[in-house]
Amino acid sequence: MNSRRIKTWAWVHKWSSLVCTVFMLLLCITGLPLIFHHEIGHLLGTEVEAPKMPADTPRASLDRVIAVAHALHPERVVQFVSQPEDDDGLWFVTLTPTPAPTEDFKSVAVDARTGQVLAQPKFDEGFMWVMFKLHVDLFAGLPGKLFLGFMGLLLLVAIVSGVVLYAPFMRKLEFGTVRRERRPRLKWLDLHNLLGIVTLVWAFTVGATGMINTWADLVIKYWQYDQLSALLAPYKGQPETPKAERGSVQRSLEVALQRAPGMKVGFIAFPGTAFSSPHHNTVFLRGNEPFTSRLLQPVLVDAKTNEVTATPKLPWYLAALLVSQPLHFGDYGGMPMQILWALLDIATIIVLGSGLYLWLKRGKAVPAGAPAQAPAQGAPAAPIARPAVTAKAGS
Amino acid sequence: MTKVRHSFWHLWGWPIVLGVLTSIGLVSALFSDGGLGDAVAWVALGIPTVIGFWYGWRRRRSGP
Repeated sequence: MNSRRIKTWAWVHKWSSLVCTVFMLLLCITGLPLIFHHEIGHLLGTEVEAPKMPADTPRASLDRVIAVAHALHPERVVQFVSQPEDDDGLWFVTLTPTPAPTEDFKSVAVDARTGQVLAQPKFDEGFMWVMFKLHVDLFAGLPGKLFLGFMGLLLLVAIVSGVVLYAPFMRKLEFGTVRRERRPRLKWLDLHNLLGIVTLVWAFTVGATGMINTWADLVIKYWQYDQLSALLAPYKGQPETPKAERGSVQRSLEVALQRAPGMKVGFIAFPGTAFSSPHHNTVFLRGNEPFTSRLLQPVLVDAKTNEVTATPKLPWYLAALLVSQPLHFGDYGGMPMQILWALLDIATIIVLGSGLYLWLKRGKAVPAGAPAQAPAQGAPAAPIARPAVTAKAGS
Repeated sequence: MTKVRHSFWHLWGWPIVLGVLTSIGLVSALFSDGGLGDAVAWVALGIPTVIGFWYGWRRRRSGP
């Protein structure tokens, strides 16, 4: 690689990372507690759990569960009911002012056996909520999400350009060399290169899947347009199925489960909501294998007649979105994986911080008249290997 | 030619090994639920993490 190309890559690396570094530091720091959000919720007592009962305890009708939750917020509509993957003794009922997507929601946890209200968890307050909002959308809704997604894209550019620059910096050095005995800037350059290359695949994966997650709202909108519009042709011109005409939700769930034996319910979206059509209870089922449990099978059940309209195959873009979520959260391999996620996150913070430091200290690394002109011990003779030159190349 | 190849592996050998290990770790746990795949993931992701912190933390004996 000639020095001209190195200069170009150094320019790309410098600007892509300079623009995104502050936001990436924010995401890494707020992401750290989020890795352990279940455990922290457990400690704080905010995690809702259903009391233990024998597995064959009769279950309450879903219609009753919904009625019990609705009675607490009669002025609202029920958008979704959902069941945690690891606890089928629990239903979460989500209530909002209208079926439209909104930040203003109430959640009621109902015991799936007794039909009694267990809790009204508040997801919109407290330390973890602030961390979550800062991490997901900077309190700025969809524009905030898309902005962070763009910062994620810049991170990916910074990672790729960083890998290209790894070669000229490390050509003459042994893997893992950290030149501590010399100037601090050299030490931090070596640490930046070492931790950057070690975390490369992880950081790229978490960055890319995070970016994909910022598109979730748009992907779901596209799915409605792409797949549901064709399925809904027979309903053209009809208003949203009025509440009084809707059949039993429990029955909708049963017919959906009959369609897909062995699957479990993830959530049910009601007519007019983002995940359904104006005329259907859409039941999203999970598979029972470790991998298929992450994918969802939608079953559109006519809200009036309780007949199955369609079980459209999950399109590739929704499958990609769903698979990208565990790869971002690190929640799919138990506590050891969460700890590794946290350590790799800390390593990434060091990469970001050292990168910022190297930029702030640019040009000062080779004081005039210092014997820095002589090739450093073990350092490559090529001019690029001296960090000061790269800094100049970019400026 | 051999020199070029040699320097390629000298430079990229470890990064490639660690990248492949990380990929194996990230994927294997997707297909397992508390089973062997999870254990594979811990080892495969653990090695790059340990190597990073090992070289990052290590103090070499200071020269004369």
